[in-house]
Amino acid sequence: MKELKKKGRIQEDVAARQLYFMLKIEELNLKKGEKQILNNVSFEVADGEIFGVLGTNGAGKSSLAYVLMGSFGYVPDSGKITFNGIDITHKTINERASLGITMAWQEPARFEGMPIIDFILLGSKEKGHTLAESYMDNMRLTVSEYRARQVDKTLSGGERKKIELASVMAMKPKLAILDEPDSGIDMLSQEAVIAMIRGVKNYGGSVILVTHDEEVVKIADRAALMCSGITFKVGAPAEIIEYYKQHCKPCPSKKYPSKENGN
Amino acid sequence: MDISKDYQMMLEAYQKAEGNPEVFSNSKVAHLVVHKNQVLGKHLVPGLKIEPKETKDGIDLKIRVLPDIMLEYPVHLCFGVLPKEGKQLIKIDAEVGENSKVSILAHCVFPNAVKVQHVMEAKIRVRKNGFYEYNEVHFHGDEGGVVVIPRAKVILEEGARLTTNFQLTHGRVGLLDIDYEIEGGKDTVSEMLAKAYGYGSDKIIIKERCSLVGDGARGIIKSRVAVKDTARSEVYSEIKAYGKNSRGHVDCVEIVQGKAQARAVPIVDVFEESAKVTHEAAIGSVDKKQMETLMSRGLSQEEAVDVIIKGMLK
Repeated sequence: MKELKKKGRIQEDVAARQLYFMLKIEELNLKKGEKQILNNVSFEVADGEIFGVLGTNGAGKSSLAYVLMGSFGYVPDSGKITFNGIDITHKTINERASLGITMAWQEPARFEGMPIIDFILLGSKEKGHTLAESYMDNMRLTVSEYRARQVDKTLSGGERKKIELASVMAMKPKLAILDEPDSGIDMLSQEAVIAMIRGVKNYGGSVILVTHDEEVVKIADRAALMCSGITFKVGAPAEIIEYYKQHCKPCPSKKYPSKENGN
Repeated sequence: MDISKDYQMMLEAYQKAEGNPEVFSNSKVAHLVVHKNQVLGKHLVPGLKIEPKETKDGIDLKIRVLPDIMLEYPVHLCFGVLPKEGKQLIKIDAEVGENSKVSILAHCVFPNAVKVQHVMEAKIRVRKNGFYEYNEVHFHGDEGGVVVIPRAKVILEEGARLTTNFQLTHGRVGLLDIDYEIEGGKDTVSEMLAKAYGYGSDKIIIKERCSLVGDGARGIIKSRVAVKDTARSEVYSEIKAYGKNSRGHVDCVEIVQGKAQARAVPIVDVFEESAKVTHEAAIGSVDKKQMETLMSRGLSQEEAVDVIIKGMLK
């Protein structure tokens, strides 16, 4: 109930433009070869907001996440990204990380020879095994089972995902970009993922929640709908989900927004 | 020559190679310390025989683990050359008795080497159901003037197990030229792992061969090599499967930075239809996704590369 009230407040505040926008994305364009991946993408994310980016496969959601994190090969052709008043459009990944931005990849990397505990604490200002173990516990990773293991190929994709989310959480980022955080995660751990996302918000951080699952986007305060590299609708999650169900899911063309709906 | 001073210096170098010098004063732990061609220290435990014979350029070692002996603690060997120049030829004739188990931890230290050659020629036989583990860790100085030539021929009798772990990740490699050959009998298991980090003008050559002769024999050859500057690496991993239901796997990863060059040659021969041998080899720069993940936690690009390489070579 408290959560809903807070969410409502954010939507109202955003509507009234009274909220401080931590992240401003203005007319981002990205082309790969002949393909326009991002097409004039613009939106803002408020301080302490969970912002959902919903869309079908190939809509450009992950590319947007890479551009926001500053991944190699994802410098926008035009447009501007401002974070807490600083133009970060051409900053490197670690420069963005030093400002408090981090990301959990859709398919987390493997690290041969790196203990899980060390990986979780990579970006954390606080250190200590007990701290790392508490994050493992939060992500439903049995500490005794994983304490001595490494982030290598002996772990399943879902396990690595949970470890990566724990690592993001340990960093206490100002902005966490989460690319499909729920994919590959077992049903029992879905709640832990949701709690983790809310945990970032609870200490005042913001989250960009990239997903193709309309159920997941329900936890967002606001959401954008992406199609063919265009964010053609930004609003309350319920409104975005409804539109997604009505128009995007049945749409035979996954490439372009429906023109019938004035887009 | 002051033997006690040399011994002390060897222990200091041993410590730099991440060895624990306290093992040399532990009566439960067998050890042998050899400087050039001189035995500086030796301690044995029941069931283990080590007979060193000093030669002109090094030492001949006869190692015997008697049958049905399970050595509780690893046997610590420390070989080294302390001066800037010198040659050390170590010849090993080792035999692990039936149902016996031994783990050897060898540290090879050349902290001041400008022109040092270290050659090891080993013949090893592991009797039925025996277990032989050989870990070799090198510590070299920063001059790059070391030539390391380890050669080993190993025969595994029925049910025997072998694990080798060669590591040269501290200091300049110089020239490393490994050539290990294993013949595995019925139901044997062999695992070979080699790790090296070359920079400057270092050269790394790793040849590891495993013949799965007996039925049910299994073998894995794993190599992890990183090269930067103008260093070069060549990794030849060969598994031949003759035995029924024998299984083998080759796994090679090499990371190349700067103007370095790397080559991986996995050779897989299968002579029996029920046998199966697989291989994977990856050569390239540091994995982009690994790097991006580490950088997104605040590490610089250089720090990220360092973490990835150290992890791989750990």
